[in-house]
Amino acid sequence: MSREIIHQTAAEMSAELASGNVTAVELANAHFDRISAVDGDIHAFLHLDREGALAQAASVDASRKAGEKVNPLAGVPLALKDVLTQKGVPTTCGSKMLEGWRPPYDSTVVTNLKKAGVVILGKTNMDEFAMGSSTENSAYGTTRNPWDLSRIPGGSGGGSSAALAGFEAPLAIGTDTGGSIRQPAAVTGTVGVKPTYGSVSRYGLVAFSSSLDQAGPCARTVLDTAMLHEVIAGYDPKDSTSINAPVGKMVEAAKKLDVKGMKIGVVKELAGDGYQAGVTTRFNGALEALLSAGAEIVEVSAPSFEYALAAYYLIAPSEASSNLARFDSMRYGIRIGDDGSRSAEEVMKMTREVGFGKEVKRRIILGTYALSSGYYDAYYGSAQKVRTLIKRDYEAAFAKVDVLVSPTCPTTAFKIGEKSDDPVAMYLNDVCTIPVNLAGIGGMSLPCGLAPEDGLPVGFQIMSPAMKDELMYQVGGTLEAALQSSWGQPLYASAPTLAVK
Amino acid sequence: MALNYDQALEKYEPTLGLEVHVELNTNSKMFCGCATEFGASPNTQTCPVCLGLPGSLPVVNAKAIESSIRIGLALNCSITPFSRFARKNYFYPDMPKNFQTSQYDEPICVNGYLDVTIDTDEGPKVYRVDIERVHMEEDTGKSLHVGGATGRIHGAEHSLLDYNRAGIPLVEIVTRIIPGTDKYAPEVARAYVAELRDILRSLGVSDVKMEQGSLRCDANLSISPRNSGTLGTRSETKNVNSLRSVERAVRGEIIRQANRLESGERIIQETRHFQEESGETRSGRSKETAEDYRYFPEPDLLPIVADPAWVEELRVALPVKPSIRRKKLQEAWGVPDKEMAAMINAELLDTVEETVALGAEPTKARSWWLGEVSRLANEKSVEPTSLIQPSEIAEIIALIAAGELTDKLARQVVEGVINGEGNPSMVIEKRGLKVVSDDSSLMVAIEAAIASQPETAEKVRSGNIPAAGALIGAVMKATGGQADAAKVRELLLKHLGQA
Amino acid sequence: MAAISREEVAHLARLSRIEMTDAELDHLASEMGLILDSVSKVQAVADQDIPPTSHAIAMQNVMRPDVVVPSLTNEETLSGAPAREEDRFKVPQILGEE
Ligand SMILES: [Mg+2]
Ligand SMILES: [Zn+2]
Repeated sequence: MSREIIHQTAAEMSAELASGNVTAVELANAHFDRISAVDGDIHAFLHLDREGALAQAASVDASRKAGEKVNPLAGVPLALKDVLTQKGVPTTCGSKMLEGWRPPYDSTVVTNLKKAGVVILGKTNMDEFAMGSSTENSAYGTTRNPWDLSRIPGGSGGGSSAALAGFEAPLAIGTDTGGSIRQPAAVTGTVGVKPTYGSVSRYGLVAFSSSLDQAGPCARTVLDTAMLHEVIAGYDPKDSTSINAPVGKMVEAAKKLDVKGMKIGVVKELAGDGYQAGVTTRFNGALEALLSAGAEIVEVSAPSFEYALAAYYLIAPSEASSNLARFDSMRYGIRIGDDGSRSAEEVMKMTREVGFGKEVKRRIILGTYALSSGYYDAYYGSAQKVRTLIKRDYEAAFAKVDVLVSPTCPTTAFKIGEKSDDPVAMYLNDVCTIPVNLAGIGGMSLPCGLAPEDGLPVGFQIMSPAMKDELMYQVGGTLEAALQSSWGQPLYASAPTLAVK
Repeated sequence: MALNYDQALEKYEPTLGLEVHVELNTNSKMFCGCATEFGASPNTQTCPVCLGLPGSLPVVNAKAIESSIRIGLALNCSITPFSRFARKNYFYPDMPKNFQTSQYDEPICVNGYLDVTIDTDEGPKVYRVDIERVHMEEDTGKSLHVGGATGRIHGAEHSLLDYNRAGIPLVEIVTRIIPGTDKYAPEVARAYVAELRDILRSLGVSDVKMEQGSLRCDANLSISPRNSGTLGTRSETKNVNSLRSVERAVRGEIIRQANRLESGERIIQETRHFQEESGETRSGRSKETAEDYRYFPEPDLLPIVADPAWVEELRVALPVKPSIRRKKLQEAWGVPDKEMAAMINAELLDTVEETVALGAEPTKARSWWLGEVSRLANEKSVEPTSLIQPSEIAEIIALIAAGELTDKLARQVVEGVINGEGNPSMVIEKRGLKVVSDDSSLMVAIEAAIASQPETAEKVRSGNIPAAGALIGAVMKATGGQADAAKVRELLLKHLGQA
Repeated sequence: MAAISREEVAHLARLSRIEMTDAELDHLASEMGLILDSVSKVQAVADQDIPPTSHAIAMQNVMRPDVVVPSLTNEETLSGAPAREEDRFKVPQILGEE
């Protein structure tokens, strides 16, 4: 592909901006042009905020011109998952329920982005209220994978990862409750990080499952992801679960390119039957690359991971059933059936029937069941105990190794529609990513090659102990460099050129 | 045919339990920084958090925790070493998130008690009210029902919601069943709420205004046939807005339930609403199909682990219990029970105490506040303390004692102060209310009186001292009541050779 | 298979305020059975002596000082309201409580 500015990494764009070779306004316009050209096919964006983006870009250009010290990412464009509030900009969470809602406040992530001068291009598509692994559950249409438009871009943050893979933005924000950053990154050949729970503020992140949700950085390279991580992370007194500690040095870690003497544990339970052959091949190839780079590879067992998926599909729907109760048409969002004769209760019921999609209703009902008196101990209570076991497995493992690794998902991107009628099969997609959320630790997915059988990207997952997210960047940066030198170019450079409309 | 209260009590025993919700008087709300001031214009003390906007998150108000612990300590509770918030899930339009953030099985204070005294046929009797728990939660918004009978929900066409109150910190104080109240259940209920209110007021944690809803009492009541050893189905009466109503509501509910059982009907477990006008309760929401609140630990908030040293610090700093303070004041002032009770009932004990502290004699302070000032306050339907300051009453009492004001003049001074004519000395100055004690001007009036009643003067001269009354009266009349009668008497008798 | 009846699903739908047709209830009942089958294995390992984890990262006593911060304006507050009247949210008639 001919290398245009949009194909650069965020770090490269940052350098171009700093040297004055390009302005933030030009950079934003180049991306808006690209979006106009390809987003008809990809459908990564639900809303573009041209006016806001260009104003932010112009303000960054003025600051740079005035010689003010700015953040390295000032002026670099970003795609924002539509689950984070941005004042005055439509925020739908991929749901009909919130059609037309413009929040009167900024999420802390957005506040931090604005403060750093990052240019927010618009809001990206997602599975409704972040429930899904394919972005097929959006009320606003399916997003397509730029590697193969007939395939899913992952989910729930499929819009963000597709925007990266389609060169519509160099940076994106995702949120990850059970893998919604990492799985889309894996199937689109991009990088996504779920930080330690509590290290990025959840204030303004529309809650799916409060004890699992975490926003994180997405980009095409490990370094770009690290730069964005440092912008969005940090203590926020508005989020009680926010960790009051300094943010680690992610950028420095990503640049280390050294894993000599590090112990890397391969999780025995996250492999074997049900894993696509090409996924296993590429995963093993990455292990070899790490071995060559001087790491020690050991096998680690985490016996409770077998129960992680089940625990997740009780905890997340339970919390969701409560979190989503507020969508009742009284204060915001759509209202159905208010004809002057119906009661508030009837209008609530009709609105929720129409406003929520199938998957959301399914999970609300499941969660309501798991919390109801008589079933609480068997379901929600037991799931929370499983959570304890999973934490213990991680603690035991991290006593022996620095980081853990696994494939990010068992398969490459599947076809749109392939699993939409089989919720249980769909849920299996998240089997490798979910334990990370249950334990609140950090997880990264980065590309480790294309599966030989289908030519689609395979994701490599790195898991680090809580509050040691920099270890993921250190290992991820080293692996990325090793693989790229063996490929001769970054993986994303081999993505198909999309027909420009 | 219908049973009256005494008849109902002959056949049935009441079982009483009380739940009191107290709005704390913190500056900001329970989980957000919005102001809590009463009476602000609608939906102006609201933010993403208390509106439950998507994405918003709660953060606990430290002062609310402290107040809750202090309440627990004052009610002889144990402070739990680990407490947590939970979500109580149910849908209601005045509740922005459709769950209430409350405490469930891990409240902050448990197992306390409060002793209350009531007058019985056998004299004063102490009842121990066991407190099961004191827990924290948040208030809901307020709805205004429009159309139909305005303000009432039945027949309303639509409702209007104001969320200023949503998220104001509430402390809920739940008693166990209060044993052995029998026919005194209404009095015990009232005395408990009154005592609780005094304690909360002394702690300074709440405005405790029942009429504004900052203290709300729900009375849980059931009755069962005497000596049956069973418990009846209970009703929960809400909307009880004064101490008097607490008593009336319990009484009315005993009568209602007894008559229902008498006519062969059963009692339904339900919420009932007290009707101020009739003193009866009206059926609200039936709780027969038990709500499933699906409680679970609030994932957005973290446990509270009260540091024992901090709890001890708070315990040591608790104010004197109102009952002990009252006893001490009564002894110091030497006032009879009845007068003490009158001050307490009129809620003027603090004011009288303040006035006494400023040097006033206790009986005088009591009589000015409960007499003249209360009378004027009643006329204007305001609180006595909103009319005049304790310092002003103390000043007036001091002027009377010094002979510079008569009682009559003092009443005019009070009236002037209330009319906004300034402080007492300004009123005295402007209205010219000073007692006439200047000898020479008094002598002019005395001589005039003697001249107009020579025979009376002669009687006095000849030793008939009581006859002087008529002359003194004349002098007082001539000076418009501003003369000091004792002084007049002294000068007159001296002038007539009788001193 | 963990059986869950249509009536149970209907009860859950009522609790969660979602209107559902009979067909939807039937469909969901069968799906719920499958899902519950696959998730009920959590009970197998959830021994009595394992403490539940509600928060992955253990913290306690997170509080804010009792300080007032500016609220939204009335206009901002009502900006998303489906209906409004007299500076308040206008909602259909509320049944059930006084
Ligand atoms: Mg309560
Ligand atoms: Zn607020």
